[in-house]
Amino acid sequence: MEGLLLSLFTFHFSLFMVPFSEEKLAKVQEIIARYPEGKQKSALLPVLHLAQEVHGWLSAETMDYVASLLQLEPIEVYEVATFYSMYNLKPVGKYLFEVCQTGPCMINGSDDIVDYIKQRLGIGVGETTPDGLFTLKTVECLGACGYAPMMQLGKHYKEHLTREKVDQIIEECRKTAGQLN
Amino acid sequence: MGVKLLLEKAHVEGIRSYEVYRREGGYRAVEKALKTMSPDAVTEEVKKSGLRGRGGAGFPSGMKWSFLAKPEGVPRHLVCNADESEPGTFKDRYLMEFLPHLLIEGLIVSSFALGSNATYIYIRGEYAWIPDILEQAIAEAKANGWLGKNILGSGFDCEIYVQRGAGAYICGEETALIESLEGKRGNPRIKPPFPAVKGVWDRPTVVNNVETLAAVVPIINMGGEEYAKIGVGRSTGTKLISACGNINKPGVYEIDMTISVEEFIYSDEYCGGIKNGKRLKACIPGGSSVPILPANLLLKTAKGETRYMNYESLSDGGFATGSMMGSGGFIVLDEDQCIVKNTYTLARFYRHESCGQCSPCREGTGWMEKILKNIDMGKGKMSDIDLLWDIQRKIEGNTICPLGDAAAWPVAAAIRHFRDEFEWHVKNPQECLTRNYGLANYADPLVIPA
Repeated sequence: MEGLLLSLFTFHFSLFMVPFSEEKLAKVQEIIARYPEGKQKSALLPVLHLAQEVHGWLSAETMDYVASLLQLEPIEVYEVATFYSMYNLKPVGKYLFEVCQTGPCMINGSDDIVDYIKQRLGIGVGETTPDGLFTLKTVECLGACGYAPMMQLGKHYKEHLTREKVDQIIEECRKTAGQLN
Repeated sequence: MGVKLLLEKAHVEGIRSYEVYRREGGYRAVEKALKTMSPDAVTEEVKKSGLRGRGGAGFPSGMKWSFLAKPEGVPRHLVCNADESEPGTFKDRYLMEFLPHLLIEGLIVSSFALGSNATYIYIRGEYAWIPDILEQAIAEAKANGWLGKNILGSGFDCEIYVQRGAGAYICGEETALIESLEGKRGNPRIKPPFPAVKGVWDRPTVVNNVETLAAVVPIINMGGEEYAKIGVGRSTGTKLISACGNINKPGVYEIDMTISVEEFIYSDEYCGGIKNGKRLKACIPGGSSVPILPANLLLKTAKGETRYMNYESLSDGGFATGSMMGSGGFIVLDEDQCIVKNTYTLARFYRHESCGQCSPCREGTGWMEKILKNIDMGKGKMSDIDLLWDIQRKIEGNTICPLGDAAAWPVAAAIRHFRDEFEWHVKNPQECLTRNYGLANYADPLVIPA
């Protein structure tokens, strides 16, 4: 029984925790050097961003790994990861649609955009398509109020959204994903 | 055309690059400050300029700088607040994206004045492409001798680092920002001690908004007294306004604070009027947390005087009949917009963004959201309106940081000025799902200028 648990644990560990590449480890050192001696905890938010780049989300194992990199207690990492909305604590699709729905976007029709994406992808808010390509989330103000309605897709914003533009974005994502495979 | 101090060069081709920025007169303020002025003289110019914090609170920047403690042997830090997250506000993003060197120049001069050898730009995590732009500008500035050791032979060393947040409105509050910069949850600190005495890593710290620090460049170039001549009264210099909502020309505009609200909304130089020829219903003139005003009180004060786009005029009448300049996030609502729905989305925003530290805010924002949602869905009771009023009163002033106030004010102002629209929702639970209240009873004083 113990052996089974151990093998399950190692399987789980290896699946969700990927140690940083040499390049990423060098980046971590560069970030730590920005702060005074002994204040490497300040690097936590940037290093969690680096970690999330690997899988698109942060598993408990990944957070523990980040804790070991920065010589922190795991709880110090968990409490930060659970506070900030950009850290995904469960897996998300390859393309994460984060549609703003706060006042200025709402008065410019964000409700319709959310409904349209739901219908196009056949998923609800917070869900991922069965092929693992798309996740839909609604978010609060992203600072693009003059270019509403809008959503965040990866590193960039997609603004002045219309149904046609949503179609285009979905097509582009599918195309890129097809080329990658 | 009004005076442009910040965006004057925004449309010069290639202004993002160091060569073009320098060719257009960039980094003159660093030369002037580091070669001909003492740090205290720079602070003195900022005091004389009358510059007020552009993040929302409007506190005099020079005075904030003069509070910075300078104990012997303890490093001090300047932190640039680029956590722009107030709904309706997107002006700092524009500055950083299109004029990165202007911010870097302002940061170098300000760091010199404050004695900060390591300066941090804390930028909201969602602006994920902007750190690359800023870091490139920093690298270019460094390669050309404006950053690093012994800048221009002045003996002053300075490095600038960009730190990304990760999605938390609360980190725009300066002590929450400091906590976040230390790698913690963004829970605001109890003040005192103020950051000027005990800030990041317990060191004396000044936190200033992006636009505030960019404004230091024209202040040093033209002198504080000349800067103070622009504008009116205690609203000196220029202000960036990010305009959005139901207008023809949403975007970021630089105004000199002498123009009227009416001109700002209807002139083609700015918002270009209401979209689709609709009528103006209401406006939130300074970012989502400031009181919403119905059109009549927006264009004219309660005394019937023209309302202007400046700190004093926008707040004329207090919260009873006025609002605030805030962060300059100008949200315009046309006759088809529902005040209840709009207030509900803002209440949801504040519930989502409450850090959870203080009970009145943590619990109260959730209750306000639920009640507003019910009223919006036609499931409200008349007593809910009074309950909402009661809850917001119990949040305001009872929390560690101003997020509680920021959540309470929009609800209070919506009920104060649009109570009949809330009552209509309660009385017409079916009809409110299929049509909006429109202008209804407010129609009378709402005039479209000829």
